[in-house]
Amino acid sequence: MKPHKFDYVRPTRLEEALDILSSRKDDVRIIAGGLSLVAMMNFRLVEPAVLMDIVHIESLGYIKAGEQAIEVGAITQQARLLAWDRLPALSPLLAKGMPHIGHFQTRSRGTVGGSIAHSDPSSELPLCLAVLDGSVTLASTRGTRNVKAEDFQVGLMTTDKQADEMVTAVHFPVARPGTGYAFDEVTMRHGDLAICAIAVAATKDRIRMGVGGVADKPTVREWPALSGKDLDEALNEFAWDLHGMDDVHATAQYRRQLVRKLGRKVILEAQQCCK
Amino acid sequence: MNEVANKGKFVGKAIERVEDPQLLTGQAIFTADMPTREGTLHAAILRSPHAHAEIVAIDTSAALRQPGVVAVLTGREIKEESDPFLIVLRKPMDQWSLAIDRVRFVGESVALVVATDRYLAEDALEHIKVEYKPLPAAVFPQDAAKEGAPLVHPDCGTNVVSERHFSYGDPDKAFAEADKIVELTVDYPRNSQTPMEGYVVVAEYRHDEKTYDVQSNFQGPFTVHPVMSKALRVKGTQLRMRSPAYMGGGFGIKQAIFPYVVLMCIASKRVGRPVRWIEDRLEHLTAAIAAPNRVIRGQAAVKNDGTILGFRFEQLDDYGAYLRPPMPGPLYRQHGIMTGAYGVKNIAITNRLVVTNKTPSGMVRGFGGPQMYYGIERLIQRVAVELGMDHLELIKKNLVPAGSFPYRAPAGALLDSGDYQAAVAIAEKDGRLAELRARRDKARAEGRLYGIGFAAIVEPAQSNMGYLSTINPVDERKKSGPKGGNVAYCTINIDPLGNVSVTADSLPQGQGHATVLSQIIADQLGVRPQDIVANMERDTQRDPWSIAQGNYSSRFSSATTSSAFFAACRLREKLLKIAAHLLKVPEDTLELAEGKVFQKDNPQVGIRLSRVAGTAHWSPSELPPGMAPGLSETGAWSPPELEPPNDADQINTSLTYSFVFDFCGVEVDRDTGRIRIDRYVTMHDSGKLLNPLLAKGQVYGAFAWGLGAALFEEFVYKEDGSFLSGTFADYLCPTAPEVPEPQILHFESPSPFTPLGAKGIAESNCMSTPVCIANAIADATGLKDLRLPLTPSKLAGLLQGDEPAPPKKAEAPAAANIADRSVQGRGSAFVPAPPRAVWQALIDPEMLKRVVPGCHSVALVGPNTYDASITLGVGVVKGRFKAKVSLSNLQAPKSAIIQGALDGPLGSSEGVGNISLAAVDGGTQVNYEYGFDISGKVAAIGGRMLDGATRVLMKQFFERLGSTMEAPAPEPSSSTPAPKAKTSWWKVILKLLGLAK
Repeated sequence: MKPHKFDYVRPTRLEEALDILSSRKDDVRIIAGGLSLVAMMNFRLVEPAVLMDIVHIESLGYIKAGEQAIEVGAITQQARLLAWDRLPALSPLLAKGMPHIGHFQTRSRGTVGGSIAHSDPSSELPLCLAVLDGSVTLASTRGTRNVKAEDFQVGLMTTDKQADEMVTAVHFPVARPGTGYAFDEVTMRHGDLAICAIAVAATKDRIRMGVGGVADKPTVREWPALSGKDLDEALNEFAWDLHGMDDVHATAQYRRQLVRKLGRKVILEAQQCCK
Repeated sequence: MNEVANKGKFVGKAIERVEDPQLLTGQAIFTADMPTREGTLHAAILRSPHAHAEIVAIDTSAALRQPGVVAVLTGREIKEESDPFLIVLRKPMDQWSLAIDRVRFVGESVALVVATDRYLAEDALEHIKVEYKPLPAAVFPQDAAKEGAPLVHPDCGTNVVSERHFSYGDPDKAFAEADKIVELTVDYPRNSQTPMEGYVVVAEYRHDEKTYDVQSNFQGPFTVHPVMSKALRVKGTQLRMRSPAYMGGGFGIKQAIFPYVVLMCIASKRVGRPVRWIEDRLEHLTAAIAAPNRVIRGQAAVKNDGTILGFRFEQLDDYGAYLRPPMPGPLYRQHGIMTGAYGVKNIAITNRLVVTNKTPSGMVRGFGGPQMYYGIERLIQRVAVELGMDHLELIKKNLVPAGSFPYRAPAGALLDSGDYQAAVAIAEKDGRLAELRARRDKARAEGRLYGIGFAAIVEPAQSNMGYLSTINPVDERKKSGPKGGNVAYCTINIDPLGNVSVTADSLPQGQGHATVLSQIIADQLGVRPQDIVANMERDTQRDPWSIAQGNYSSRFSSATTSSAFFAACRLREKLLKIAAHLLKVPEDTLELAEGKVFQKDNPQVGIRLSRVAGTAHWSPSELPPGMAPGLSETGAWSPPELEPPNDADQINTSLTYSFVFDFCGVEVDRDTGRIRIDRYVTMHDSGKLLNPLLAKGQVYGAFAWGLGAALFEEFVYKEDGSFLSGTFADYLCPTAPEVPEPQILHFESPSPFTPLGAKGIAESNCMSTPVCIANAIADATGLKDLRLPLTPSKLAGLLQGDEPAPPKKAEAPAAANIADRSVQGRGSAFVPAPPRAVWQALIDPEMLKRVVPGCHSVALVGPNTYDASITLGVGVVKGRFKAKVSLSNLQAPKSAIIQGALDGPLGSSEGVGNISLAAVDGGTQVNYEYGFDISGKVAAIGGRMLDGATRVLMKQFFERLGSTMEAPAPEPSSSTPAPKAKTSWWKVILKLLGLAK
């Protein structure tokens, strides 16, 4: 459990970081907290030639409340966003979902951009971003582009980010009036990766539900305001479509049951909130 | 026990631990912190990715050329330098410190690299080439015990390497007279207790003295010291073992460090320098040790009024790949007390011991108790259900009667003291059982799943060193001589200024032994505990040697404390005699307190302790006539009650027996299967509590683990023997939010067999809590067959039955060659090229080589058979592999079967894929399905990612295949293709085979 040899660089300005990415491309892995990456390096699952630590690029640590979205700089610690006093009003979903991210100790080190870029299928932030229909800003020496959440994460720990790009900001759309938000998940222990995580945004006419931890990326469905048997059928179809798998902690059937049963509960909770 | 003994003011008090300042301020020095000699080298171990395989060849030449590498050892060197480890059975099942010719479990040590640092050593591991021939594995005990199962040790001719039948009382009569026979089979899982600190060994061969000098966090028992010295072909005195004062937890597991001690000794001898090895977490979880999993078929012969006439137990205990000494301890340590806390007179026991292709079993806190009590106490709960009796009433009816102690249990245990009925009554009242019952009634009235569980157990402590010989029949035992007892040592010194220090044989790992020894000695010598220096290091070349020394079987609180007490009493007596002589007063008029010896009735007449001590050291001539000089006393103690097994196979397996009675209320969520412990009450009669604060700590720790065993912890193996629990994200230990605070109650029945009346407490809830929680869940749900850990997924599956069917028509079942694979998948893709062109890409190695990203080489090694070297990756994860791929059943251009295997530092995979091509408008429809098995590191650490990773790679492959077909111009071979680059069949083929990481 010792990593391969690697170079460590610690830029303090974004331009510097982008230059390094531009010149070394695939050789570089970005570390922005390291909660997942360091363990993977110690297991030698990841063997970067260059490890670029971006948490000292101070210009990437910020929270901006815009009219449409909360813009969060990539290196903003999860703890900082969760502790932000405007979060419950501007994004009830994040306020409900983020306490499920790891533990308070890990949230003090883990960053918002790191979690989004890592794109673990069980992570809470990518799920919330997908349900909120948010977006990610990617920068390179070639320029800057904004990618919608559904286009950003393409699969298991796989994103649309190119080798010379880095995530610089994440945009979480602010809560809309008349929309209720709810979040719940089942884990083996507090702070574990979700066996099944459910995030819902509901209005009186629509249900938008995302599931994490089952498919290889957060998956979102949108329905009219179904109820009763119609909702059961929609949830059942969704549950099967996710093609969840057995692992050491839970069976595929259990995951489907959670999509049905926990999904229904979280939908009802979100609908209560929008009233 | 001793007429001069002081009754004392410190023993029994909740004084704070003298160890804590060191531990809490980071000052304690652990083995890995210890300075090593200049030139010390570092070792890393190459481990088997296979559960069972022949080692065809090992090539270490490339590894030897790596920077910093000094030596690479394989089984060949081990065979030159050592003999196999001794085991308790005379069976051809040799174990060595590195595998020889065959690997028998995932994680088995295969080769050792010795280098100038650990990083370079690990780098070099990747350059060792091992050719394996995988063999079918025996994995689950019931299967492994069957005729025709793959044999773990073929020379044994069977995997059931020991079978013994025991009968005490008249079980046949009991079962004939029963109104009802209640039966339950339980399957207790494989788990462990994961200390924070793993194994550490620093070994040095001293050529001048022909002696191995080893510093390690070995915790004893020293029964394995001769095992190591014999393996190393030296006298015991030529293997110096030193253990540190501080260890970061052990729980029994640090006993099983011994194969690594021998390995590092051999390495040091070969390289002529000290060698240091620090186990990492992956190594620990994969290959250190596990408590044996056990299948118990239990039967109770009962009368309709609830009287239990007799038990029958058939135990099948799974020891993994090797029988490491002191295995099979877990099966025999509890043998004498197999009737548990019950006054049942008739019992039949069958013990079968099976070997499988899993990590060897070893000592883990509880040591057979969690398994055994899961069998007994689940059975008792079933008796209550089947008789329609209240569970607690049934327990109370059958407990060993008050007033019958010492009580001889039928299998030989001599229960020293207790009043189980009184302890239960206090627990019912102080633990507010009636209120808990009311909560259950209310919850049930509301339609919720709520249950109350009970467990009553007897907790043995201080093992009889002869218990393991019960595995051998009487005549064999007679040949090797009787074994019994449990010798304990403690040495107390007083220096010329009257300062007190102590050493003892207990090898603590955080329990607070120094504190308790200080309390005992302070009471006798009239000093303060905090003024006593306890040095808990141990050195086999310097300290009194006993086969029993070590930290296991809750031995400290009865054994080492007794030797400390006797040594302290002797010193006290000596001090009083010297003082009487100096003061010229009768000895019995004197008292020893607060650093002085003085007359009880006339405290003015006295002398300072330092003066008395000084006399013993400086002026032996001033001592009373005939008295030995100096002030050092060693207490050596072995209790006479620990007799060898008798001819009827009865054995008093331990010296003391504590009583534990637990109950708890548990609610199960119907929808999610989540469990909530409403309240947990645990009553302990552990004899005299030497320090209630430490007792509380032990109960908390044992309870937290018991809860973990009930709900979270299991080493998971697949049918092929691959291991899936290599990280703390897979092997889950409860953390603070998961552990409710138990209500701890005490009742004290001092042991008549220990001078201080103390018994053991440290393993208590490891034995009672798993089954108490399971019983509560059984009560809540009505379920009978409950296999731990009771995860939400498992419970939901049991509670919810069939789920709603998929909305669409079910997919066709997987083809026969896929169906039994661990990871399976299927899909289809459109490629904009005619089937013939796609087919060509499939069978043309040159094309494949050009277009496969990360492909370093492809070689045709036979008809439609290729060797390739490739880097596979998903997201940030990348791994290098050697691939062997062959195509068969070629139906050009329609279908083929692809078979292959991957090998690399991340693990091994073997799989099969079925591919079919069909012409469709504008191109080819490719349908594929695949299945593969995976073993080694990736399986152990990345299980949850495998399926997703495979899908990612499949998707990428077909996108790229499509673009390759559209743009046939070859591109330069490159390991870093531009985004959206072309890809090839190779990627798919390799993907079909699995290694997604």
